[in-house]
Amino acid sequence: MTSAEQTAERVHAALANLAAGDGPAPRDGTLTLEVSRGSLHAVLERLKEQAGFETITMVTCVDHLGGRRSEPRFEVVHQLLSIEHRDRVRVKTRVASDDASVPTCTDLWPGASFMEREAYDMFGVTFEGHPNLARLLMPEEYGHHPLRKDFPHQGIEPDRLYKEWDRERRARAAREQAGGSVR
Amino acid sequence: MTRTFEYSPDAEAAALHDDPVHGELMELNIGPQHPATHGVLRLKVDLDGETMRNVEPVVGYLHRGKEKTCESLGWAKFFPHTDRLDYVQPLMNNVGYALALERLAGIEVPRRGQEIRVLLMEISRIAAHLIYLGTTAIDLGAVTMFFNTFKEREKIYGILDAYTGHRMNNTYVRIGGVFADVDERVEGMLREFLESFRREIDGFEAVLTGNRIWYDRNKGVGTITRADALAWALTGPNLRGSGEPHDLRKAEPYSGYEDYEFEVPVGTVGDCYDRYLVRVEEMRQSVRIASQALDRLEDSRGLDVLVEDRRYVLPPKHKVHTSMEELIFQFKIVTDLCLPRGEAYHGIESSKGELGFYVVSDGSSTPVRCHIRAPGLYNVQAIPLLAEGRLLSDMVAIIGSLDFVMGEVDR
Amino acid sequence: MGSLKEKHEAQESGFFATRVDALVNWGRKNSLWPMPLGLSCCGIELMAMIGPKFDISRFGAEAARFSPRQCDLLIVAGTLTWKMAQACRTIYDQMPEPKWVIAMGVCSSTGGMYDSYAVVQGVDSILPVDVYVPGCPPRPDAVIDALLKLQKKIERESPLHRLLHEPGTPDERGTGSLLRQPNAAVVRNELDLHPHAPGARRTASER
Repeated sequence: MTSAEQTAERVHAALANLAAGDGPAPRDGTLTLEVSRGSLHAVLERLKEQAGFETITMVTCVDHLGGRRSEPRFEVVHQLLSIEHRDRVRVKTRVASDDASVPTCTDLWPGASFMEREAYDMFGVTFEGHPNLARLLMPEEYGHHPLRKDFPHQGIEPDRLYKEWDRERRARAAREQAGGSVR
Repeated sequence: MTRTFEYSPDAEAAALHDDPVHGELMELNIGPQHPATHGVLRLKVDLDGETMRNVEPVVGYLHRGKEKTCESLGWAKFFPHTDRLDYVQPLMNNVGYALALERLAGIEVPRRGQEIRVLLMEISRIAAHLIYLGTTAIDLGAVTMFFNTFKEREKIYGILDAYTGHRMNNTYVRIGGVFADVDERVEGMLREFLESFRREIDGFEAVLTGNRIWYDRNKGVGTITRADALAWALTGPNLRGSGEPHDLRKAEPYSGYEDYEFEVPVGTVGDCYDRYLVRVEEMRQSVRIASQALDRLEDSRGLDVLVEDRRYVLPPKHKVHTSMEELIFQFKIVTDLCLPRGEAYHGIESSKGELGFYVVSDGSSTPVRCHIRAPGLYNVQAIPLLAEGRLLSDMVAIIGSLDFVMGEVDR
Repeated sequence: MGSLKEKHEAQESGFFATRVDALVNWGRKNSLWPMPLGLSCCGIELMAMIGPKFDISRFGAEAARFSPRQCDLLIVAGTLTWKMAQACRTIYDQMPEPKWVIAMGVCSSTGGMYDSYAVVQGVDSILPVDVYVPGCPPRPDAVIDALLKLQKKIERESPLHRLLHEPGTPDERGTGSLLRQPNAAVVRNELDLHPHAPGARRTASER
C-alpha cells in the first residue's frame, strides 16, 4: 500500500490545474477531495486517466439535514480504487436540496450506473447524462425518497400501490364470479 | 419440401428472408420468483428465438431499508441486520461492519479476537462458496452436488451451533472483538471438519471439473475481459477470474491477514469455468488459512477476545452487578453508544467481492449514514454484459457464476 | 351460526361422511407438496430442510415444485416487501384448491426485525396463513414441527361438507380481512420524525 503522502502527491499532480480542495482528513486515512459540481466530472476523469484509479468503489449520498453544517444539504461521495497503487481516494461534492443534481460518471465507469440509480432512488439526487435514471430498489411508482432525513423510518403509505392492485384484483374476481364461472 | 434455415445473428437479414425463427423480439419475464435466480431477482429478457438480445435486471424485491434502519437503531444494535445482508456468510458481514466502526473509533482488536475473526471469516467463505457450488450445479442439472454441498454446510452449521448457539445469522462479532472465546470442543470439531473437508473438495472436483457436461456449459460462457471487469466495478472472484490478482486480504490486509500464508487463485480467460475453478481453489486456501488460525489459537490461549474499552465494549456481567462504574458503562453503551465525529470506510474481501461499509458519524448516538457497499449489486449489474447475445440456457450458468445473494443486493 | 349448525348435523349424522373426510384428509396431509417461496435467509434453512439431514420427504412433502400450479402448500420463507407483495399474492392465487400457507420465520409472520418503509408487517396482511413459525431463521426442525401441526389441522377439516354444502364460496381461511393496516405510522406528531429532521423532538417533555 502506498503511503498517504505518495497518494496525495500523485493525485495532486494529476489534478494540476483543477480546483480541488482537500477535505478534512477522515479516520481511515483515505485522501479526500472536496470539489464543486462543475469540476466533478473533470476531476474524476483525471483521476481515472492520469492518477491510475481504474475502478470505482461506490457512489453514494449523505443527507446533512439537521446536522452541524446543513446547507448545502446533500453530499455526493465518490470513492475510487487504484489496484495498481493499492490506494483509494474519495471525492465529495455538496449540492443544495432545491438543485440536487450532479454530472454522471457512467461514461467513465459503466459500473456506476446502479450506484447512481440507487442514490437517486434513496435521496432524489439526479445524475445528468445517466442513460437510464430510474428507481432501483423501490417500486417505480413510489413517490418518496426514503433515505432523506425527513422521511420517517416506518414509511408513509407503503401499501398504497398494493391497495390499488388489490382493489382491481378483487373487482376482477367479483366480475368473474358474477359473470358466470360455474364452480 | 423442407427448407433449411441457417442461424444468423443478424435479425434484419433474417427478417427479410421471412425466417420464422427470427423476427420480433419476445419479452420473457424471469422472476422474481424462480428457483434458478438465487433469490428474488427479476430479469426482463428480450428473446430473439433462443438468443437473448436485451437483458434488464430488476432488483429491489428484498429491499428492507437497512441503511435507514441503521440510522434509527444505532451502531451496536445494527449488528443483527448485517448478518442478514449476505445471509450465506453472516459472520463475514459482521466482521466487515465491526471493522468499519473500529476504524472510526480508532480501537484495536486484541490478537486472539483477530485470530477468531479470521477463522470465522474463512469458515463463512467456505460456506458461501458451497452455496455457489450447490445451487449453480443443481441449476445446471447436477443434483448430486446440491446434496453433497449441503451435507458439508450442515457440518459447518453444527460447529457454529456449538460455538455461537445458532446455525446461521449468528451475530457473534462485537465492536472490539468477538462475543466469546472458542473452547476446546469447538476447536476439535473445527480440526475434524477441516481435515475431512480437504478430501471433500477433491470429491467435488472429481464430480465437476473434468465433467464433459459441466465443461461444455461453462467453458466460453460469460467471458469478461479484465478491462470490462474494472469498468463495471466487479471485485472478488469475478475480477480474479478475468486475470486481475486483486484481493483485499493481500492488498489492504486487515485483522492480521498479513501474517497468514495463502495464495490467491487467479483465472486467465474470465469465463464461467474460470470463476468456478477460482472459487474451488479459494475454498482450499480458506482451509489452509483456517488451519493456521487454529494453530495460532493454541498459542494465544487465555488471552482476551474483546478489547477492554468501556466506551464501546460491554463489561462482564459479574462486574456490572457489583461495581457502580461498570453499571454506568453498561447503561451508557446500551442506551447511548457514540462513535467519534468523522467518517470511515472499510472494505473486506467477502466471498462475492469487496464488501464495504461507509460510516459517517456526528459524535452523537444517532448514525448520520451507514452505506453498505454490497458486491452482489455490481455482480447483478454485470448480467446484461455477459448475457447479451447468448442463448437463454446460458443465463442460468451466468447468474450462477456471477454469484450474488439478494439480501445484500437489495439491503 | 347457521353454517355451524349444519356442520354439526353433518358430522353427527354421517359416519360415512366422516370416514370419507378422514380418508381425504389423510391423503392430503401426507402429500403436501410445498411451494417454497424462498425470499431471504429463511430460504436457506428451507433448502436445508429439503436437504439430506432434515429431509422433509419423510413426511410426504418431497415434491417441492417451483410452479405454484402444482403445489398445495405455500411456505413463505423470508421477508416480504411491498414490491414483492403483488407477486406473492399472484403466486397464492395461482395455486389450486385446497391450499395452505405456512409463514416461516418472524419476517413473514409479523415483519420481524424490519419495521421499515419497505417491509410488509406480516404476510397475513395479504394471504390467509395457517401456521406461523417463529425464529430468525427457525431451525429446520421447527418448520417440520409446523408441518406436523398443519397435518393435525388438516385432519380436523371436513372437505366433504364443503363440497356438498358450500361449493361456490372462495376459500378465505385465516385472518378475516385481507389487508390490515400495517405501517400505519403516518407522521402524527413531532416525536415520530427523525431526530435530525426539522421540527422533531426526542422526548415528550421537550418542546
